[in-house]
Amino acid sequence: MSTLTPVLSAHWDESDSFTIAGYKRHGGYEAAAKALKMEPDAVIQLVKDSGLRGRGGAGFPTGMKWGFIPQGDNKDHYLVVNADESEPGTCKDMPLLLANPHVLIEGMIIASYAIRAKYAFIYLRGEVVHVARRLQQAIEDAYKAGHLGKNIFGSGVDLELVLHIGAGAYICGEETALLDSLEGFRGQPRLRPPFPAIAGLYARPTVVNNVESIASVPAIIANGAEWFSAMGTEKSKGMTLYSLSGHVVNPGQFEAPLGITLRQLLELSGGIRPGHQLKFWTPGGSSTPIFTADHLDTPLDYEGVSAAGSMLGTKALQIFDETTCVLRAVLRWSEFYKHESCGKCTPCREGTTWLVQILRDLENGKGTAADLDKLLDLCDNIMGRSFCALGDGATSPITSSIKFFRDEYIAHVTHGGCPFDSHASTLFATERAGA
Amino acid sequence: MSTEVVDMITVIIDGFEVTVPKGTMVIRAAEKLGIQIPRFCDHPLLDPVGACRQCLVDIEINGRAFPKPQASCTIPVEPGMIVKTQLTSAVAAKAQEGVMELLLINHPLDCPVCDKGGECPLQNQAMSTGRSESRFEGTKRTFEKPVKISAQVLLDRERCILCARCTRFSDQIAADPFITLNERGALQQVGIYEKQPFESYFSGNTVQICPVGALTGASYRFHARPFDLVSTPSACEHCASGCSLRTDVRRGKTLRRLAGDDAEVNEEWNCDKGRWAFKYVTAGDRITHPLVRGEDGELHEASWPEALAAAANGLGANRSAVLVGGRVTVEDAYGYSKFARVALNTNDIDFRSRVSSDEERDFLAAKVVGSSTTYRDIDRADAVLLVGFEPEEESPIVFLRIHKQVRKRSLKVTAVASKLSRGNEKLNANFLCVAPGAEADAVTAESLTAQSIILVGERASESAGLLSAVAALADRTGAKLAWIPRRSGERGALEAGAIGNLLPGGRPVSDASARVDVSTVWGADALPTTVGLSACAIIEAVNAGQIGSLVVAGVDPLDGENHHQTLAALKKAFVVSLEIRPSAVTALADVVLPVAAVTEKSGSFLNWEGRARHFEAAVVDSLNRSDVRILSMIADEMNRPIGIPTVKAASKELASLSTWDGARAKFAAAKPAKSISVSGNDALLTSWRRLLDEGTLQQGEENLAATARKSVAVISPKRAASIGVVDGDAVRVSNDNGVIVMPVLVENIHDDALWLPRNSRGSHLLATFGVASGARVTVVKD
Amino acid sequence: MAYTDRDIATMDTIINRYPRKRSAIMPLLHFVQAHDGFVTGEGIELVAKKLELETAEVSAVATFYTQYKRKPVGEYHVGVCTNTLCAIMGGDEILAGLKEHLGLENDGVTADGKVSLEHLECNAACDYAPVVMANWEFYDNQNVQSAKDLVDSMRAGNPIPPTRGPNSLPTWKENSAVLAGINDGRAGEGVQAGDPSLLGLKIAKKGSKA
Ligand SMILES: Cc1cc2nc3c(=O)[nH]c(=O)nc-3n(C[C@H](O)[C@H](O)[C@H](O)COP(=O)(O)O)c2cc1C
Ligand code: SF4
Ligand code: FES
Repeated sequence: MSTLTPVLSAHWDESDSFTIAGYKRHGGYEAAAKALKMEPDAVIQLVKDSGLRGRGGAGFPTGMKWGFIPQGDNKDHYLVVNADESEPGTCKDMPLLLANPHVLIEGMIIASYAIRAKYAFIYLRGEVVHVARRLQQAIEDAYKAGHLGKNIFGSGVDLELVLHIGAGAYICGEETALLDSLEGFRGQPRLRPPFPAIAGLYARPTVVNNVESIASVPAIIANGAEWFSAMGTEKSKGMTLYSLSGHVVNPGQFEAPLGITLRQLLELSGGIRPGHQLKFWTPGGSSTPIFTADHLDTPLDYEGVSAAGSMLGTKALQIFDETTCVLRAVLRWSEFYKHESCGKCTPCREGTTWLVQILRDLENGKGTAADLDKLLDLCDNIMGRSFCALGDGATSPITSSIKFFRDEYIAHVTHGGCPFDSHASTLFATERAGA
Repeated sequence: MSTEVVDMITVIIDGFEVTVPKGTMVIRAAEKLGIQIPRFCDHPLLDPVGACRQCLVDIEINGRAFPKPQASCTIPVEPGMIVKTQLTSAVAAKAQEGVMELLLINHPLDCPVCDKGGECPLQNQAMSTGRSESRFEGTKRTFEKPVKISAQVLLDRERCILCARCTRFSDQIAADPFITLNERGALQQVGIYEKQPFESYFSGNTVQICPVGALTGASYRFHARPFDLVSTPSACEHCASGCSLRTDVRRGKTLRRLAGDDAEVNEEWNCDKGRWAFKYVTAGDRITHPLVRGEDGELHEASWPEALAAAANGLGANRSAVLVGGRVTVEDAYGYSKFARVALNTNDIDFRSRVSSDEERDFLAAKVVGSSTTYRDIDRADAVLLVGFEPEEESPIVFLRIHKQVRKRSLKVTAVASKLSRGNEKLNANFLCVAPGAEADAVTAESLTAQSIILVGERASESAGLLSAVAALADRTGAKLAWIPRRSGERGALEAGAIGNLLPGGRPVSDASARVDVSTVWGADALPTTVGLSACAIIEAVNAGQIGSLVVAGVDPLDGENHHQTLAALKKAFVVSLEIRPSAVTALADVVLPVAAVTEKSGSFLNWEGRARHFEAAVVDSLNRSDVRILSMIADEMNRPIGIPTVKAASKELASLSTWDGARAKFAAAKPAKSISVSGNDALLTSWRRLLDEGTLQQGEENLAATARKSVAVISPKRAASIGVVDGDAVRVSNDNGVIVMPVLVENIHDDALWLPRNSRGSHLLATFGVASGARVTVVKD
Repeated sequence: MAYTDRDIATMDTIINRYPRKRSAIMPLLHFVQAHDGFVTGEGIELVAKKLELETAEVSAVATFYTQYKRKPVGEYHVGVCTNTLCAIMGGDEILAGLKEHLGLENDGVTADGKVSLEHLECNAACDYAPVVMANWEFYDNQNVQSAKDLVDSMRAGNPIPPTRGPNSLPTWKENSAVLAGINDGRAGEGVQAGDPSLLGLKIAKKGSKA
């Protein structure tokens, strides 16, 4: 028996899965019609009962977030879907939107109804034009079908839905930076409080949710809270998309109940590429401290990963085998954080710059063993001191890799540079087996 | 007054209790205890950002500790809060030290050649909170430097620590977001859009609040070190806003002026004119010796006794009058007021050396003198009505104050004018567009709450009946009323009685008991009883041979209408001129007496609120004397002593006169003028003076002048279409007296109107046309 | 190039999508790139005018985001992902190979204006590593040779179609218009999903291991 539970991905193998016809063939938009006959508060309650937690990284309970929106305040409310997907290793929302944009739209209809929003936005990262096309077309088709616009589903409810396309800035995935960007400013994070639920877009109550979180909602409405909460673990309910990439025989998307382990996923998918061993991996993108082979049996749910010293994050499982230089990997991530630091706060802006300089020196054999302590102290001065979590994330690969691979850093010092053959870790170094 | 109840909250900081109003940020609560938490981006008048992370402290609330240090500039106090700063928490101390180290890795540490060296928050705090040596061994960021972001502000990006004070100021306070943060991450930097320099009237404030030497003023750059300067608190002489300033002098020369800190008035800001226009004082053409016109018809240097004797002789010979400009101090104005009554035995005195009317004089006596509307009233107002007044151009701190409320609570602003100004656009003002001359009807049609405030400018006198309509509106609605003249001395001169219908303290000349009050203090037998002539009438009387001599001080004949008549009168009369630099009056004067400039003397101005703005001499070794001192000497020479030989004596005596508590002069409403209709290429002139123009007090400061708004002639789209011009085309504006050719700008202006700036490059309206507003001119394509 | 009345009308349509004007700044800047190829001064000034902003406010936004270009890029803008996973899986070698092959540095443009080259951060396609993007279309599972073939096909004026995208590769300007929110009618082209996206589903359906 497979432990996989395709729900969101159930029909991706049909060639018209992204069309409204393809979506409706499997009951598409029926959940929305059903939800619009319920009381909005009952919809919120149902989502609360399901135990759905945000799939954007932090795992905040979705129903509770919706419940924070003040009701009867006579203000405009907004729903904003975070489709910025830029955390390194994370690659689940884009294939989802390419293969089935309508499930997101249906989820947005339900969520907007629940929080009494008449305007909803999708903030899509800008570097994925074909996803933009599919979404834009899906929105237009949903309008034509009467599922968006005035009096949707004949319910008397109105909803405008706008696709807003970014222009290359990882920080815009951070929800307050996203809101500033959507308002037409530089995408730099805002002070909190006030939280978006009180003063979000245009200073009005706003819910920001990840694509996968919202896309999970129609199935919950259709099948009920119990169906959903029967999957997963005690505090991490439901199914989710795990993205496997790197030195594995078969990279790809795996929809499974929360709590599955990497060992199980590797077994299902064909394992590490032949002749090689797992060296280190990320459980949830580059901002989550790395794991090693010792963590193969860690349950991949919020509690399990956290107890093991990392974070479930975006469930982006990037797998690296023994050919990979950990310092090279970490330097690349650090360069990424430096490139993507928004520039607002000192620790992140200056700290990432300095981290990169030290790591580069180490990679080139120009460092010393004392540099490792300097790196760790610098990370200590950035972690928890920066304005938003980007700065914190920048320190995770460094501190966790020094914890597990201090000797390998030292080897760069003693070896006078990188002791690895970088070609050995490429995809084309050896033929991929299986597939 | 409303009694606002403020919740107070008690917190413990480093073991000490402090009680502060709810909403106070931790960093400021600590200040109350004398605990200084280091900071850069924090500024009490800007929205908090928490960007620099220098102010991190440890906080727990009701036993629950925050997992990480918090930015004390963004966290408001809460009940049960216990704060540990760097003084008592190792975590906070390490966090601050870590941030400081990071701030310095890309800073050039070029303090020895930096203007800010010696008064630099970064330098100071690096000493107190930083590590003794940096562990940074890499390469620092470098930029091309300095970048001229306007003619007067230079940006050194390497020194910038990206606190965003300057950009927040320009956006939040000045509403001129011409400087912004650009690029991202480590490349982030302050900048302008290449074709739009930082030409904000308030740009100098960014230089002052920059916590490092990244922004410097072109005029001060490399000129001095802070420890060479002697600083004196002073008051700004440029307008009626009444900013408190600090004047920094080295060896008798003013090198810079900074905004002073006065929460009631200018908060911590000032405008660029107040900051940078001070070189007129040290201009090469200062009058340094008395001059007397000789038999040969030329002015010759004379000794003080000679000159005083000549003045006394000339003034004693026949009926005299006094014309004093709007820029003298209260004490000096009082000197002129008393000199007229006691030494010259006349009420013929007027401080309004500009376009003015008798309606205005009545209005001032009935509605303005002794009144006290304040900046705080703007803070509390339901709505603000602007009449004949452009706050940004004519009293910039009033603009900032209104804007603050517009931003904070969407204060409703309505402007009665013929053209929508940029300032009013920034205030989001409701623009009541009227034809020049038709303002009174619009005011009459307005409705206001009693909590509203009407701000009326001196230009309201240019439209007959307008001040009457304003007075009626205030009476009808109970709204507060304030008169805001452009010049710093007008309100003081009014209170000092330098006007024909009032004695000092707002006492009506026509009121016998008022006269008795004053004559008692003055020890004079009797005071002249007839109400004096106003400025225009004085000129007419000279030209009609009824007045033979004039005392003239700080008056530019070209500031008024019909300057040909004024010049004729000056030629005809015996003129004693008190001046700091040669003017059109000097050329026609018989005796010229040099007086001290503002920085060289003590004294006070009354700002538009009627609030005294006292200042001491900043340049102490000046030989120049205050006007009141010289007037006393002339009076002595005339044997009609006025007995106020010093500024102090004048001030004391004026204070002893206190404010009149008798009946105010009655206000007799004037009728609006008949509206003029125009057709074809005729238009009605409308105009005002901009903050930066060709005013004499701005001379000598080229960098400042280069940031002035360009002169343009403004017409409506309809008129532009009818005469066939587009933006930038030249138009020819003319009347019987002259012609002005000017590039045109098509904007939101009444179709019947044409706007030109006064006293600006290429547009000397009053000199060319002899009229200011409301008169007919012809506009055609040039 | 001057903006026609039709361009202005398009800009107005974009602005009208939003409850507040200023929100349209990003799509309008994409539109400027669709029109001019990059963010020109003329474009900044026009956007400022349309949105009633100061030009500095527009350039502050334009310079924040990596996709807005300050100078012309090629008709085909090629990006090689060199974030950790792709770099290690071969992205570094692909980038080096293309630089050498095209004789370009990072951010360079070929003399004929056909191809420009940039290294990219993660493009949310890690299960297809190493990934190359052209005009922001996916070219999955690349190697040095396939990437060289790709740019050669571009220079020959007949680019190889994307892996998961439309049936032929649109130009930089055409795709910028899509990012401005203008539907080019090509959403139906190309696969609905690539193999890695379907892997879990396939395994689940088989009810057994791969
Ligand atoms: C630097 C940074 C980048 C982020 N990027 C994303 C992203 O690309 N997509 C996303 O959904 N959430 C991202 N997040 C998390 C969001 O801030 C937010 O928590 C999330 O969108 C909430 O949705 P959820 O409750 O449905 O998870 C990011 C957070 C940080 C700090
Ligand atoms: S220029 Fe000065 S005020 Fe502006 S951000 Fe830089 S350091 Fe701060
Ligand atoms: S403030 Fe910019 S990354 Fe946190």
